[in-house]
Amino acid sequence: MSDKVNLTVDGTAVSVAPGTTILQACEEAGAEIPRFCYHERLSVAGNCRMCLVEVEKAPKPVASCAMPVAPDMVVSTKSDSVKAAREGVMEFLLINHPLDCPICDQGGECDLQDQALGFGGDASRFADNKRAVENKHMGPLVSTIMTRCIHCTRCVRFAQEVAGVPEIGAIGRGEDMEITTYLEASLDSELSGNVIDLCPVGALTSRPYAFTARPWELKKTETIDVMDAVGSNIRVDMRGREAMRIMPRNHDDVNEEWLSDKSRFVWDGLNTQRLDRPYVRDGQNLAPASWEEAFAHIAEKLNGKGAKAAAIAGDLVCGEGQFALKALMDKLESPHVDCRQDGAKLSGPRGNYIFNTSIAGIEEADALLLIGTNPRLEAPVLNARIRKRYLMGNFPIATLGAPAELTYEADNIGAGPDTLADVLAGKHGFSDVLAKAERPMIILGQGALTRADGDAVLAAAIALAEKSGAISDTWNGFNVLHTAAARVAGLDLGLLPGEGGLDVAGIQQAAQSGEVETVILYGADEIAGASLGDAFVIYIGSHGDRGAHRADVILPAAAYTEKQAIYVNTEGRPQMTEPAATPPGEAREDWKIFRALSEVLGLTLPFDNLADLRSAMFEVAPHFAQLDGLSESAAPQAAAKDMAAAKMSREAFAYSVNDFYFTNPIARASATMADCAKAKQQRDGETEGTGTHG
Amino acid sequence: MSVRRLHADQPDSFAFSDENASWASGQIAKFPEGRQASAIIALLWQAQKQEGWLSEPAIRTIADMLDMPHIRAMEVATFYTMFNLSPVGEHFVQLCGTTPCWLRGADDLKSVCRNVIGEPGDITEDGKLSWLEVECLGACVNAPMVQINDDFYEDLTAASLEQLLQDLRDGKTVATGPQNSRHGSEPEGGLTVLKGEQ
Amino acid sequence: MLRDEDRIFKNIYGLGGADLTAAKARGDWDGTGELIKKGRDWVIDEVKASGLRGRGGAGFPTGLKWSFMPKENDGRPHYLVINADESEPGTCKDRDILRHEPHKLLEGCLLAGFAMGAHVCYIYVRGEFIREREALQRAVDEAYAAGLLGKDAAGSGWDYDIYVHHGAGAYICGEETALIESLEGKKGQPRLKPPFPANMGLYGCPTTVNNVESIAVAPTICRRSGAWFAGLGRDGNTGTKLFCISGHVNHPCNVEEEMGIALKELIEKHAGGVRGGWDNLLAVIPGGSSVPLLPKEICDTVLMDFDSLKEVQSGLGTAAVIVMDKSTDIIKAIARISHFYKHESCGQCTPCREGTGWMWRVLERMAAGQAQVKEIDMLLQVTKQIEGHTICALGDAAAWPVQGLIRHFRPLIEARLTQGPGHQEAAE
Repeated sequence: MSDKVNLTVDGTAVSVAPGTTILQACEEAGAEIPRFCYHERLSVAGNCRMCLVEVEKAPKPVASCAMPVAPDMVVSTKSDSVKAAREGVMEFLLINHPLDCPICDQGGECDLQDQALGFGGDASRFADNKRAVENKHMGPLVSTIMTRCIHCTRCVRFAQEVAGVPEIGAIGRGEDMEITTYLEASLDSELSGNVIDLCPVGALTSRPYAFTARPWELKKTETIDVMDAVGSNIRVDMRGREAMRIMPRNHDDVNEEWLSDKSRFVWDGLNTQRLDRPYVRDGQNLAPASWEEAFAHIAEKLNGKGAKAAAIAGDLVCGEGQFALKALMDKLESPHVDCRQDGAKLSGPRGNYIFNTSIAGIEEADALLLIGTNPRLEAPVLNARIRKRYLMGNFPIATLGAPAELTYEADNIGAGPDTLADVLAGKHGFSDVLAKAERPMIILGQGALTRADGDAVLAAAIALAEKSGAISDTWNGFNVLHTAAARVAGLDLGLLPGEGGLDVAGIQQAAQSGEVETVILYGADEIAGASLGDAFVIYIGSHGDRGAHRADVILPAAAYTEKQAIYVNTEGRPQMTEPAATPPGEAREDWKIFRALSEVLGLTLPFDNLADLRSAMFEVAPHFAQLDGLSESAAPQAAAKDMAAAKMSREAFAYSVNDFYFTNPIARASATMADCAKAKQQRDGETEGTGTHG
Repeated sequence: MSVRRLHADQPDSFAFSDENASWASGQIAKFPEGRQASAIIALLWQAQKQEGWLSEPAIRTIADMLDMPHIRAMEVATFYTMFNLSPVGEHFVQLCGTTPCWLRGADDLKSVCRNVIGEPGDITEDGKLSWLEVECLGACVNAPMVQINDDFYEDLTAASLEQLLQDLRDGKTVATGPQNSRHGSEPEGGLTVLKGEQ
Repeated sequence: MLRDEDRIFKNIYGLGGADLTAAKARGDWDGTGELIKKGRDWVIDEVKASGLRGRGGAGFPTGLKWSFMPKENDGRPHYLVINADESEPGTCKDRDILRHEPHKLLEGCLLAGFAMGAHVCYIYVRGEFIREREALQRAVDEAYAAGLLGKDAAGSGWDYDIYVHHGAGAYICGEETALIESLEGKKGQPRLKPPFPANMGLYGCPTTVNNVESIAVAPTICRRSGAWFAGLGRDGNTGTKLFCISGHVNHPCNVEEEMGIALKELIEKHAGGVRGGWDNLLAVIPGGSSVPLLPKEICDTVLMDFDSLKEVQSGLGTAAVIVMDKSTDIIKAIARISHFYKHESCGQCTPCREGTGWMWRVLERMAAGQAQVKEIDMLLQVTKQIEGHTICALGDAAAWPVQGLIRHFRPLIEARLTQGPGHQEAAE
């Protein structure tokens, strides 16, 4: 396919790969082609007719989005006939489009508005009544004003192709064609919000954002999402101190241009339940306190008992904060540090705990085994990449765990480790599939690792990867799918029990027995309060959630949108967040809290600013400095002690994410997420009631 | 085409009769494996024949039978205008109003339907009749014409249609096809070709 | 006039039986196996030599179309799909083949299918033709029982299955790719081309879609030779053709005539002439509702074939002749056609979805005298904005009748609009 096709566009010679569409070739040649239905990441519909161009010798204008280039084509995008065609299409689109731009949330970022200005005529000639279309319910996230719909079918194609939930359709026909879901059911997708971005007009808009702001009054900050471990690139739009909405940014290797609903709509959770000042427990109540009082209280408790302190880092915390926490614990001479609040049995060489194949690498794989993971709920955007690969064909997928509703065909070959042992022993049909595959992939979920036999499962999975040829010089098909944005950085920075140190389970036991007297919960909200016995609990975090409820002292910290910090995604890709706002009230950036506390404790940490901290952090984890890079990682290696299938129990794999909308304190603070959960519950209930399937 | 909506009152469920269920399997068998969706029009049509109209549970049930997403079946049911999404009369009159029939008096036939039955979509109180104006039914040289259930009634006049509707209402047997002396599409009053063939 | 012995459809009126015995007595299924044994190329060459052009409206050379199918089978099955979704207003010829001459079609399906390497054929009958579908199914059953279809069909050594399928009320399914979509169980929305059906048709396999009449004449062409067929009509417009004559004639009818017959002769000889005499003629739509109408002065002399009608900015289409005498409100007649296209637009692409409704609304107002004269030019521009800008030909088909109206009857429209509604201007 190295042979290029030569053609001219508006007199400019351009050379493109065979199979390229005329539209792409035009873009290559610098000619702008207006379009509504065409979208790079969706199938070609060719229905809006806005991209018509003139091709020499063609009897009529050609839809450039759908027509492949041919050698020596002579394309004109500026001729009178092209101009007339565009004006004609624009006029047709506008005759039945309402003139409600002043109250339309798409205003200011509307393709129809923009292209009408650029390519439309100057007056309306339509003297008849405009069409009115009934709005359709699509759930708590997507608001519909269907009179505005221009029938580009991007939403239909997205649901079918990317989301893998063929639930949107165009019913009726002709000018009465209408976009809807079946009986106006809520969209059963964790990616549904993307249809809002895809809709070129104001037909599908964000329900939670409805009528709250105009795009031009928002301050836009490009940053990174932490709702899962994908590290989706996002833009947070603020008005003053208030987050108004979150949008995806394109990153071809991470989230393409998609975003999960949790990541997109969680913003109201950033504005509520915030810890905006320190608190100190006074009997049953938490009383507001000053930083000095809070620190003094801590110092009193910790004085001379640093070794009896333990620390657990949570799911949303940043690299810098974890690094500072670890440094503080070192100063306290406590080895009881753990970043795995879910108890996952992950450590060892880096290859053991990251998603080695990379997200984009999924597209290269040719077989997949999912062990104890439901990527649809654990990482919806990554799941879309699996579906993308699936749609290319020849991609056998098997799952181990409870049957789950995925967005692609997958063979549920077993529930637990016994089947894994069979596959490893070559006693299962899928052993052959993996063995025959040139680039097999294994994805191990947290559900398979947070169990007592997690070590043995990990070892078996690595062994299977090795046996299947999934790990070679050119391919690494062993993957751990994280659900916590904080986790890989924590593991990279060594927030693991030190010599003689306790892990999360050990810390809880020791807290109950009194061996551990102080527990620092750094954004760790998935730890049951009662499990910490009578220990003195310091909670450092952004939201008044489970951790804060159990705390004896609360130190208010920054949420992910309020700090410049490094997060490392499940692939091991460090990315930097940028502050869209300052932390609320008296809350402070996480690392500063540890730094300030260390000073009060007389154990001053050796960094006075972020730059110093990062220099120190890069010494421990040099790859953090390679922002957005995937550095070479040590190959996965199973620890010999765990290498016996017998060590695995027979218990079925459970999944780590069940309540997709409630996985972390910010999501739990979001009313929108609660609405989504309710809609999902309702939908599932109805589905059971009528006995239909998805 | 006007907006086609599901009927407000829907039955709780739908199931093919045993006979229709096995007929449906025969239809599905016409198509290669994995292409069972091809049978959707045939199945929806048979469901309509069985029930008189096409209900939401029928659309959903057939979608499930063919392993199709429900919305895809809904698209089909609303796209093709022969699917009656609301109940119709026992004798459902589809009156061709397109130009060839219009030129030969379709408007007169419409008046008859309005007078005898009511507005398009109305079902007579006895449940016997309802009518709709439809587009060209493909019997243009026998215009004007109507289709009633499975049969064409052609070369109509206002009077002959009125009589026809009355006869159907009365349960009488009626002649299908041209309502004048013609057999098929030959010119009235004598063949101009193939005179020696028969 | 065409001699009866050169008429292919001897039972077009159904005065004889449609059953296999009667069909065989008329010469159907005579030595079909032997014809097939002459080979694929022979069949295609005969059809090419006949000059047969597609009878569904577009007039594409049939033999050439067959030859586009891949010569070698790449593992994907080949399909022949018969377009029996006859829905073009004015047209009712395929209906007569389905109910009165079904064996001609079936035999043609076998020959054509063999010629393009297909073992499976689907016949897609419009949903409204319920009795016709039943008649066709009876013929299929007879043919299977007689060994003319199925394994070693008609002793040809070629296995061949024919399945009857149907639509449910959608004119657009007469467009070949929409028909394929419908046959796959989807809405009948035309596909983008390329890829063309000969490469990627039904189920992504090489497919040819042919009109009923095109296929039904193939056996006679093979038996009597392409040269015989080509000897009828004139170069590029050969053979016989089924004409449908409807509207304001004394005896509307279908008739098989020689291609190129004069329109006036066709109407006067077979349809009993225009109601009230030839001078009472206002206009004729010569090829189904999609083609522009012709005013009387053109009708006086025009010949009924592809090229003659193209020369007068109209088309042969399906050869459905819709006659309108001077009593006709021609604006209303075309408005009703516009309503048809609005009703039948699939809604997929913008110009057709939005434009057909617009044209219809303007024409309705014009018919009622409630438009401004300047809207005539606007309407003409709207037709031009649709024409050539859509995925399929329905856009063109919707635009052309309106263009024909304005081309030939602009003064009449102007008079209607300036002199107010109710003004009778047609007859003078």
